[in-house]
Amino acid sequence: MKERYPDVTIETVCRLLIPPIQLFGLYVIAHGHYSPGGGFQGGCILGASFIMMFIAYDIGEVKRRMREKLNTILCATGVLIYAGIGILCLVLGANYLDYGILHQILPAYPAKARALGTFGIEIGVGITVMSVMISIFLNIGTAGEHEGEPE
Amino acid sequence: MKFFAFIVVLFTGALLIYGTVDMPDWGDPGSAPNSHVSPRYIEKTLEETATPNAVTSVLADYRGYDTLGETTVIFTAGVVCIMLLRRFR
Repeated sequence: MKERYPDVTIETVCRLLIPPIQLFGLYVIAHGHYSPGGGFQGGCILGASFIMMFIAYDIGEVKRRMREKLNTILCATGVLIYAGIGILCLVLGANYLDYGILHQILPAYPAKARALGTFGIEIGVGITVMSVMISIFLNIGTAGEHEGEPE
Repeated sequence: MKFFAFIVVLFTGALLIYGTVDMPDWGDPGSAPNSHVSPRYIEKTLEETATPNAVTSVLADYRGYDTLGETTVIFTAGVVCIMLLRRFR
């Protein structure tokens, strides 16, 4: 791995920019019902904030904040949330991914329950997209040669 | 063998172009998707899903199964990247 050359300008700018970027990613996921956005777009923004950290600092910094094991588990968790909401609808007696039936367990009328079910799957999509982007960037950027877990 | 492959590619391409001849014009208001499915989604979105953004409701609710497949594709891409590239010592 190449030696790291610290640059105070880039590090300070990233330190200032990354929290608003992550906040904006969460906003895009949560506000997908009322404006352009949703799980895919918000997940990409969240992943981009980690990639920015990767560029400004080094790989150890990213892996200290987002463990590789946790990241890989999050990849599967997003899909699991999505499919799990579908199974939940199935258990309650409706079709697969028919969120209207969720009004039986949520304090909402059926149309609102559909909106909440949609929100749940957007969260799942966002988690998967974010962790897959980090994982792909980490593995392609270093050809899979990065060290194991930091101490 | 290369010539044979070229002929197959040419034939498949010609078949695909022939298939597009039957398609409705771009933005034709009388075509099937524009006269049946789209108005239904636009009219009923707010009433059925309580979501003002029709894109989100079509993507995640009416066609949720499709989006589940897309998410699985992204997940598969990530897993394949780890399997092919990652070296564990």
